[in-house]
Amino acid sequence: MVRLHQLFWSFFKIGTFTIGGGYAMIPLMEKELVDNRHWLDREEFLDLMAVSQALPGIFAVHMATSIGYRLRGIPGTLTAIAGNILMPIAIILCLAIGFRQLRDNALFEAVFKGIRPAVVALIAAPVFNLARTARINLRNCWIPLVACLLIYLLGVSPVWIVLATILGGSLYGYLTNRKEVSS
Amino acid sequence: MIFLRLFFTFLKIGVFSFGGGLATIALIQHDVVEDKGWLTTQEFTDIVATSQITPGPVGINTATYTGYTAVVNAGYPEWMGVLGALTASLATILLPVIMMLVVCKLLMKHKDNPIVATTLSLLRVAIVGLIAAAALLMVSTETFGSYQTAPLQFFVSIGIFIAVFMASIKFKASPILLILLSGLAGLVVYGIF
Repeated sequence: MVRLHQLFWSFFKIGTFTIGGGYAMIPLMEKELVDNRHWLDREEFLDLMAVSQALPGIFAVHMATSIGYRLRGIPGTLTAIAGNILMPIAIILCLAIGFRQLRDNALFEAVFKGIRPAVVALIAAPVFNLARTARINLRNCWIPLVACLLIYLLGVSPVWIVLATILGGSLYGYLTNRKEVSS
Repeated sequence: MIFLRLFFTFLKIGVFSFGGGLATIALIQHDVVEDKGWLTTQEFTDIVATSQITPGPVGINTATYTGYTAVVNAGYPEWMGVLGALTASLATILLPVIMMLVVCKLLMKHKDNPIVATTLSLLRVAIVGLIAAAALLMVSTETFGSYQTAPLQFFVSIGIFIAVFMASIKFKASPILLILLSGLAGLVVYGIF
């Protein structure tokens, strides 16, 4: 039986030592959970990854939820999530409080004047890599284009885009699947 | 009551954020900056930068920071801001965690179902548009400076944008390194001159 405090420490380590988002956690998670602790095998890990990517929400939290649940049920889930997000929340809170006091400092403002355009570039750049992994082609490229223009020009909420895609996708999947079955 | 509004806003953001931290950023930006006006574009950009260079999931970091800043901006004391941060972070994960538990219990076997699979692949396509819009919405005089009033900042910003964009696409440079270097560039250009 996996002990809860072991679960906590494993996810605490994973949450504390990965910078740059959920996907950066994958290698560390795999090493800690599969290779070091032998809590799951590689195939199970990949399955959980696929489901975590498919569901809405935060990838790392999904991994903590599902692995915690698999090992120790609901208490395991809560322990793994707590371990995973405790340190990040504490660090951000300290920075948020500190930065507020620094806002009027000229050097601080100089640093962020340099960083702001970089952030825009860091969000724009992955769009091209994502376009490749999402298999965008001539037939479906209108979907992200229309989505982008609706949000940018008309101020449509991204929520509607997600809902419309789910509805349209299910309908399209249903129709093409029926055609294949009947032919 | 700001806490209730924060809670429901981030509950919604959690449910609709498919496709990773950047997609969550796109949703937070729409609701918190464009729609509710709790933060300025400049504050939001600073929050995103901080979220990417500190440990933890970017979605959680952004929610924590946004919750704190929104409450303090509304005129509440700092300890209330801490409550705002916790409210936003927990609201973001609440429903997705419940969904994941349901999936763990029963739905694992449906992930190869053709209808589910088609929907998921189309969602991945649409998310690209969402993230592109988030980047476009961040391009403003607040983040780049204005050509009329601050031409130096404007051109330096364009230069940093192009350099970071290329380094990120061509050499897959680490975002942490790029943010730190841009901060250093800002310090040298604006701090010393």
